[in-house]
Amino acid sequence: MTDTPTDTSLGDDRPDTGSDRSESKLTALFRTCEIDARMAAMVVVLIAVWLGMHVLTDGFFLTARNLYNLTVQSSVVGIMATGMVLVIVARHIDLSVGSVMGFTGMVIAWLQVDVFPLGVVWNWPATIVLGLMLGALIGAWQGYWIAYRSIPAFVVTLGGLLMFRGLAFLVTDGRTVAPMDPTYQLLGGGIDGSIGETWSWVFGIVAIAVIAFMTWQQRHSRIKHGFPTKHILIEWMLFVIWSSLIIAFVVVMNSYTKPRTDIPRGIPVPVLILIGVVLVMALITKVTTFGRYVFAMGGNPRAAELSGINVKKMTLFIFVVMGILCGVAAVITTARLNAGANSMGQLAELSVIAAAVIGGTSLAGGVGSIAGAILGAVIMQSLENGMVLMGVSSAMRQVVIGLVLLLAVWFDTLYKKPH
Amino acid sequence: MNTSPLVEMKHIHKRFGGVHAVKDVSIDLYPGEVVGILGHNGAGKSVLMHMLSGALPVNQGEILIHGEKVRFDNPREARGKGIETIYQTLALADNLNAPANLFLGRELKTRWGTLDDDSMEAESRKVLQRLNPYFTNINDAVINMSGGQRQVVAIGRAIYFDARILIMDEPTAALGPSESAMVTELIKKLRADGIGIFLISHDMHDVFDLCDRVMVMKNGENVGMHRIEEVTKDDLLSLIIVGHLPEGWVPRNKKMEA
Repeated sequence: MTDTPTDTSLGDDRPDTGSDRSESKLTALFRTCEIDARMAAMVVVLIAVWLGMHVLTDGFFLTARNLYNLTVQSSVVGIMATGMVLVIVARHIDLSVGSVMGFTGMVIAWLQVDVFPLGVVWNWPATIVLGLMLGALIGAWQGYWIAYRSIPAFVVTLGGLLMFRGLAFLVTDGRTVAPMDPTYQLLGGGIDGSIGETWSWVFGIVAIAVIAFMTWQQRHSRIKHGFPTKHILIEWMLFVIWSSLIIAFVVVMNSYTKPRTDIPRGIPVPVLILIGVVLVMALITKVTTFGRYVFAMGGNPRAAELSGINVKKMTLFIFVVMGILCGVAAVITTARLNAGANSMGQLAELSVIAAAVIGGTSLAGGVGSIAGAILGAVIMQSLENGMVLMGVSSAMRQVVIGLVLLLAVWFDTLYKKPH
Repeated sequence: MNTSPLVEMKHIHKRFGGVHAVKDVSIDLYPGEVVGILGHNGAGKSVLMHMLSGALPVNQGEILIHGEKVRFDNPREARGKGIETIYQTLALADNLNAPANLFLGRELKTRWGTLDDDSMEAESRKVLQRLNPYFTNINDAVINMSGGQRQVVAIGRAIYFDARILIMDEPTAALGPSESAMVTELIKKLRADGIGIFLISHDMHDVFDLCDRVMVMKNGENVGMHRIEEVTKDDLLSLIIVGHLPEGWVPRNKKMEA
């Protein structure tokens, strides 16, 4: 890339400006397929990690059983990472997510076991609603100090990290609360916490139908407006890739059976919740003004303000969304543990931030994607899971995860260097 | 001038703590007129215009738009009165593409209330390609665009929404010669459409080419408001540097007659 200073003249711009620079063939291929090169790199990393772990664990890593566990393990971090994308894109940070999740989880467990009458139908749904509301409220509290009192998010949420960890302890004076409602436990994806073979296939087919419809709809709309479209073969290729991935996912989830039976488990409930969260968050970033403004604020806060965007209100909303997602994560965690323990979510903020950053969210703001954060969460969890299988000590695992985070941010700075 | 003024700013003051950035400045603007605002960096030009665009509050004095007194608390209110600003720093979100920037804060929506990116892209193509027919890569993030293309986006954003009053803060400063010429042509076209333009510029060539009147500011004060045909380049430089016209000044057009 050799832009000479005199090369800025508008008169010299040919119609294909931007694509006629000296690109590599690979970049050119990605451009025609409209594939984000960074996303492609992450997929390559993920595949490498999986294959490597498979070899290192003597062929255990890529089994249905382990992949099933891996998806369940990834869902809690993945859910919070989607919120962290918005936070970091808007040039903030949230160090309190682990503590907020721990505190809301404790409140949910305490309400369900100690406060509300046991065995009534409204008990567990009410605790979920209250838990999500508590998450929203905590988000609003932190967002208020950040947006309207101009205290750096780093400080507010560092305070939150301590405060809500302390409050999590105070709910029951450190006592673990158990057991949770049996129906509620299904949300954690235990032995019965999955939707079975048939419904998994229904889910897969509906998902493929939705992708087909969306692809067709988008293409149709672009043709109607007379915009350039992707080549029809590329469109088909992407559709086939996505469909195959969905089918593969359903097959794997159905290949893992319940203990001592041949009954397939199917897709675990927490993974369904994750998929739901991902869809909602992707919609928020793609088709709402809120999502657009979050990215505008990250790209140029001054421009956002001059464009009439209420930056303070948007900042508050971002933290409310983050708080609600901590609540969702708390529900899954308490359901999975079948208890509320005040250590829940300890150090989760680091996994969540790492997932977002490994997934291509730039700490400088303005850049990030929900899909990337999920990929990041899966990469992180794959490393963790694989190392556990290999018998790596927890101390050594921390060293490795720390190094991976460092590498991810280094990659981010390399990627952002002016070409 | 037989029409009524678009903008009247009367006895405007602006202080930042102990700094008196704008002192008792009055200026007006008529339809189809380009008024240049000149002065050194820090003379108060941008601050004055920021008050008109709603980016800064006025400490003292009043602003009238179409003879009606207004008070802007934010840029959105100023835009509501047909005042559009092209900021010196362009005020674009680098990570977003041209349509997202063009419609930032005023997005087109579908009937479900979601962003209508297709319509925004279609409208952007129309307005941007009118300004520059070769502008096709509008879906790139603007950080990957040339200075001229970025300027086209900034100008497109201002004119798309039927501005009556346009504030341009050094619109050609970051541009090469051919891009500058394009912007100059555009300003002439907008003026012919009856739009009033405040033009902050350091470029004397642009000033004489485009402006009907010029105001020179020094240390926050208005040190001279003249019709362009009255003054020479040296007269303006004298106003900018020492704050008054040369000794024994005679209007340039009167000199010609003599």
